[in-house]
Amino acid sequence: MSTVALITARGLFGRRRALLLLPLPLLLIALAAICRAYDVPADQWGQAVIVGLGFAVVLPVVALIVGTGVLGSEVDDGTLVHILTKPLPRRDIILAKFLVAAVATTITTVIPLFAVGLLAGSAKLGAALSVAAAAGALAYSALFVLLSLLTRRPVLLGLVYILVWEGLLGRFLSGTRILSIEQYVITIADTIAPTNMLTAQIGLTTALVMSVVFVVGCTVAAINRLGSFTLAGETS
Amino acid sequence: MTAQTIDAPTGTATTGVIELQNVTRWYGNVVAVNDITMSLGPGVTGLLGPNGAGKTTVLHMMAGFLAPSRGTLTIDGKPTWRNPSVYRDLGLVTEREAVHGFLTAGQFVLACAKMQKLPDPAGAARRALELVEMTDAADRRIETFSKGMRQRTRVAAALVHEPRVLLLDEPFNGMDPRQRMHMMELLHSLGDRGHTILFSSHILEEVEQVAGLVQVIVAGRLAASGDYRRIRRLMTNRPHVFAVRSSDDRKLAVALIAEKSVSGIEVEATGLTVRAADYGSFTRALPRIALDQGIRLHQLVPSDESLESVFSYLLEA
Repeated sequence: MSTVALITARGLFGRRRALLLLPLPLLLIALAAICRAYDVPADQWGQAVIVGLGFAVVLPVVALIVGTGVLGSEVDDGTLVHILTKPLPRRDIILAKFLVAAVATTITTVIPLFAVGLLAGSAKLGAALSVAAAAGALAYSALFVLLSLLTRRPVLLGLVYILVWEGLLGRFLSGTRILSIEQYVITIADTIAPTNMLTAQIGLTTALVMSVVFVVGCTVAAINRLGSFTLAGETS
Repeated sequence: MTAQTIDAPTGTATTGVIELQNVTRWYGNVVAVNDITMSLGPGVTGLLGPNGAGKTTVLHMMAGFLAPSRGTLTIDGKPTWRNPSVYRDLGLVTEREAVHGFLTAGQFVLACAKMQKLPDPAGAARRALELVEMTDAADRRIETFSKGMRQRTRVAAALVHEPRVLLLDEPFNGMDPRQRMHMMELLHSLGDRGHTILFSSHILEEVEQVAGLVQVIVAGRLAASGDYRRIRRLMTNRPHVFAVRSSDDRKLAVALIAEKSVSGIEVEATGLTVRAADYGSFTRALPRIALDQGIRLHQLVPSDESLESVFSYLLEA
């Protein structure tokens, strides 16, 4: 593990901010467990919990907390300078940050989604949700790492993407779905384990290609952007 | 204090020369740095100027964290902007004291050594911590440190790869006198060993004690450049103006006018305005006179001590 990744991981899990990651996944499992305990048919709660909470909220919000935590917080408090004043290719720095973010997000979201899939249907559904969430974690992480370099308020902008672009516009304007990671995740899960709880609204090819485009495009853009990282002077 | 050693930079062809050719930087309509040309070699140079003069902007451009809007800036012939390889031979200590507080000083400096891909990171980290006298605190988390200790840790991190060029932005801020002394000795010895050290400061006395050469920046322009003694002479010989308030302004005025270093006094309702020909003898004489006369001093404010006024005087001289 590279030194950059190590410092990043320690910075991420060593802060109280890491505790923010726990409630959402726990809520997801708790809701599914309660519905299951009261013998509510999965048809009635599956979509709300899996898509409404899991894919629309838990996955992107966890990715946002982690993705902005690995880079945005270092930009904010200025500690990034210690990493940038090293003869490291900027590619290595971004890749280390991206990998830490993607792994942390994947672990935090895949486990509860697998549990929900198991409770709502079968192990196959659980596996499908896990694979889809992992793909989503990669795409979201790349996006939010890039946002940390594009703006001083990456969390705000990230929330706008999640709530307005994906949540609001995605419902009314079908054209926006092609740039919605949530739609890719739903499509991938629905393809692996078709169920009436999931409704794919774009094709699988589109979903896969666009996921890759997000990961590669955002990462390349972030590498380039980090190369031109500018320090604001405080006295001038 | 024991003498610490750090290896002299190796290599003869490149020697840590910072070159600025007509470097200008603007933000929107505001020109922060205006057409600066300078060349810095081994030794300690002070970058002196009032707050807001553009010192930090110059340092950030040198360190590759800001592109010059116009002109060229190189270290050993290589541009610093978008060129991470320069950090093999460049160390930067920023003014902002942010550090990864969850790491211990030892872990932090070791991480920097590893990111520099040094052959013996542990040894290099140990030497760097010794150099700044932080060995005893190396196992403590940085967030528990005082400002001075953080500063020394950051200097150790910037020195761990023994760079030919070390840039420090206001390194003495927040240090107590002993730490300040130690830092000055450290910079001195690094300069003597052939490193190119550039540090910024808005306090002449700091620069005077460390740097042989001074670059003075005022309002984004290079106002003076050269030996500090010449600049110092110009600064101390100029007239000084003080605002004084005391328990008996008139009595004090009478006593002061007999003093040789005082060249003029105005008595106003709010206090005295004293013009002194010589800064040093006046400031020494004033408490003695007040004591002799049994006058209580309430306030002594040098009214034109802003560096801006010092420098504008310099420019006229």
